[in-house]
Amino acid sequence: MTAPQQQPQGRPVPPKTTLLRARNLVQEFPVRGAGGVKGGVVHAVSNVSFDVYAGETLGVVGETGSGKSTLARSVIQAPRPRSGEVEFQGTDLMKLRRRDLKQARRQMQMVYQDPFGSLNPRWRISELVEEPLVGYGEGNASTRKRRVDELLDLVGLDPSQYARRRPHEISGGQCQRVAIARAIALDPALVICDEAVSSLDVLIQAQVLNLFEKLRRDLNLSYLFIAHDLALVKQVSDRVAVMYLGQLAEIGPAEGIYRQPLHPYTSALLDSIPRIDPATGRANKPVSLPGEPPSPVDPPSGCRFRTRCPRAQLKCAEEEPQLVELLPGHQAACHFPLTVPESELPPRPAGATQAAPDASVAVG
Amino acid sequence: MRADRTTYATGDAYVSTGMIDSRAPAEAHRTPAAPGEPLLTVEDLRVQFTRGGRRINAVNGLSYEMVPGKLMAIIGESGSGKSVSSRALMGLLPGTATITGSIRFDGRELIGLDEKELRKLRGGDIAMVFQDPARSLNPTMKIGAQISEAVRAHADLDKKGVQARAVELLRLVRLPAPERRFHEYPHQLSGGMRQRVMIAIALAGEPRLLIADEATTALDVTTQAQIMELLVELRERLGMAVIMISHDLGLAASYAEDVVVMYAGRAVEHAPVRTLFSNVRMPYTRALLGAIPALEREPHSMLPVTPGQPPDMSALPQGCPFRPRCPNATDKCLEHPPFLEHEPDHWYACWHPAGTELDTAPEVTAAVAPATAAEAAHHSTAHDQGAAQ
Ligand SMILES: Nc1ncnc2c1ncn2[C@@H]1O[C@H](COP(=O)(O)OP(=O)(O)OP(=O)(O)O)[C@@H](O)[C@H]1O
Ligand SMILES: Nc1ncnc2c1ncn2[C@@H]1O[C@H](COP(=O)(O)OP(=O)(O)O)[C@@H](O)[C@H]1O
Ligand code: SF4
Ligand code: SF4
Ligand SMILES: [Mg+2]
Ligand SMILES: [Mg+2]
Repeated sequence: MTAPQQQPQGRPVPPKTTLLRARNLVQEFPVRGAGGVKGGVVHAVSNVSFDVYAGETLGVVGETGSGKSTLARSVIQAPRPRSGEVEFQGTDLMKLRRRDLKQARRQMQMVYQDPFGSLNPRWRISELVEEPLVGYGEGNASTRKRRVDELLDLVGLDPSQYARRRPHEISGGQCQRVAIARAIALDPALVICDEAVSSLDVLIQAQVLNLFEKLRRDLNLSYLFIAHDLALVKQVSDRVAVMYLGQLAEIGPAEGIYRQPLHPYTSALLDSIPRIDPATGRANKPVSLPGEPPSPVDPPSGCRFRTRCPRAQLKCAEEEPQLVELLPGHQAACHFPLTVPESELPPRPAGATQAAPDASVAVG
Repeated sequence: MRADRTTYATGDAYVSTGMIDSRAPAEAHRTPAAPGEPLLTVEDLRVQFTRGGRRINAVNGLSYEMVPGKLMAIIGESGSGKSVSSRALMGLLPGTATITGSIRFDGRELIGLDEKELRKLRGGDIAMVFQDPARSLNPTMKIGAQISEAVRAHADLDKKGVQARAVELLRLVRLPAPERRFHEYPHQLSGGMRQRVMIAIALAGEPRLLIADEATTALDVTTQAQIMELLVELRERLGMAVIMISHDLGLAASYAEDVVVMYAGRAVEHAPVRTLFSNVRMPYTRALLGAIPALEREPHSMLPVTPGQPPDMSALPQGCPFRPRCPNATDKCLEHPPFLEHEPDHWYACWHPAGTELDTAPEVTAAVAPATAAEAAHHSTAHDQGAAQ
């Protein structure tokens, strides 16, 4: 378990069994208008489809309010999405009754961002890790205790030191390990991580990221790994989905998204990440994307990115682009993807794009 | 970077017996900094909190200098003393804090200044922008009223003049449609726009030093890039110095000219950005750099691991505070390494820096870094995260 392990040689063959299949997910929330503003509907997730294969990690990246958490909650049916299909291990979750859903969700666990908020402060670590086992009526007290010790070992917490502590007696990184132990207690097939390492400092974050990797290999886990940081997502993912304002802008192999982004938004996201070249120590100065994300209550017509897109044309306002496979296993929803050179774009009528419209409302 | 080659030896183990006198009389000399002279000199700054009988050594002998117009980054993990040290500069620490050492701004000692003088300084010569613009702004007051208040505090203008200046400031920070935003409440603005308003308020007193404490941490990376570009532009236009406080090395490398790396309440490495990142000396800085998930890395690759966690600031280890986690540590490190200018413009505090004989690069293994005994003894970060803002 602790023996240093070599990187696997070459790229792994993409796994083919579909573990989770989501189609045309839609989630909307009615909002009441404040101060004379008329109410409307937040289009939090609009028509999102994706698959997670067994043993793979699908990363989801996007700005705040882009619908990442809503997407995760739609998958676990908490709450149920407005419409769409969610098939997990061959079962249609949208049709299951409460009790059956609980059984199905046993195989599908969540790890959240806030290490302290997600753990009951009065419980001991051992009780916290035991809880899911009790909840599903697993074993008896003594087999459960053995399992708790085993789980704490797995996440790198010495049971003799930590089992009797309470959340406030351990650090943020250790809390996150406890949350992970709880998530893997029932041998799930899929773990959904929603900003699971985002509040951790970089050295602790690296420890927890490595733990995720190790568990993936040892337990053959699949992850839906959500974060706003593309570099972080890329680090752990086989494939990456890029969300913008409730929709998928692009989805494809992690390396492909980075080397050959197809959607102008992905490219802008890559350009705005402050980076240090590990070889030279030189910084890559970020290039900013102008404007603000528009309100999800009233998303732009056509392509939702058009109000900030440097390539936008008239067509982008008139017609909503659909996800199209442009490279093997690599799809983007854009009328003028980056595979089309700038010189081949249709001539731009004057005023077709306006930079940074001031139509945004605070969201998220 | 520094005019002279004076060395700042950090005192050995901090004085833990008895309280240190916090209110040393201020020397009120007002000689303005000559060109090339530092605008800000922090020397052996120590801040101690007393809480429930426990003494927390938040800052432990921090020293650095900054010349006018510079953009300097202070980086370090949560709880390393970045915010406390800059709040000390602003006189913004609670009464439970004991402050010693020296902070000279423009030749004038700030430690020991009375509240009235400090208030004049705050929002005047020195201004600060914080991480959470939602909490810094008054939710029940319109944007216009809040910025007008700041303008009025610094200039004797009539109502029209105040409004004109306020709109001008909002324009300066490139707030879209400033006249309209003037009549809106903070919740009607996005996070990025609120941060622009905070910067506008900070600029009302025409500061010579702007401290941005994690000012972009809560923002999306695309918005972060916009705000950083704004800060860089404002600095050039207004000729002010900027200290950006961040935990993000990439951000510091991208925008700062000088970088100070803090660990456990001290500066452990300080150099111009090029020098630092092409020739990292501190094992701690190297660990930080190595642990960043970089886009260039292969998916699923293991990150180099640094075991343990930052020390409990109320029970610092003997000698070098990084010792329990450092791959290079030897018995020598039980003695406190002095913070010296070992190479031109490159300061660090280490007995066995990277590239020297005893240097061990951190290993990349597939193993989980287990929570160490050192971790077991402390659990300070848990509390730090709450107190750090
Ligand atoms: N229960 C709700 N009621 C109303 N609006 C909601 C609700 N939950 C989410 N939203 C809205 O839906 C949109 C998507 O939110 P979501 O939390 O999924 O974003 P996110 O991508 O997870 O953002 P973050 O990075 O900030 O976590 C946002 O506009 C949000 O304000
Ligand atoms: N008001 C306070 N009372 C007691 N301890 C504090 C207070 N403010 C900060 N600290 C402690 O001081 C240390 C440094 O904190 P801070 O400067 O906020 O760190 P950061 O580098 O994250 O900005 C931490 O251990 C923190 O818990
Ligand atoms: S469809 Fe048009 S506006 Fe949308 S991303 Fe593509 S080019 Fe830009
Ligand atoms: S080598 Fe010694 S002095 Fe240098 S960082 Fe490591 S423990 Fe500290
Ligand atoms: Mg979220
Ligand atoms: Mg801070």
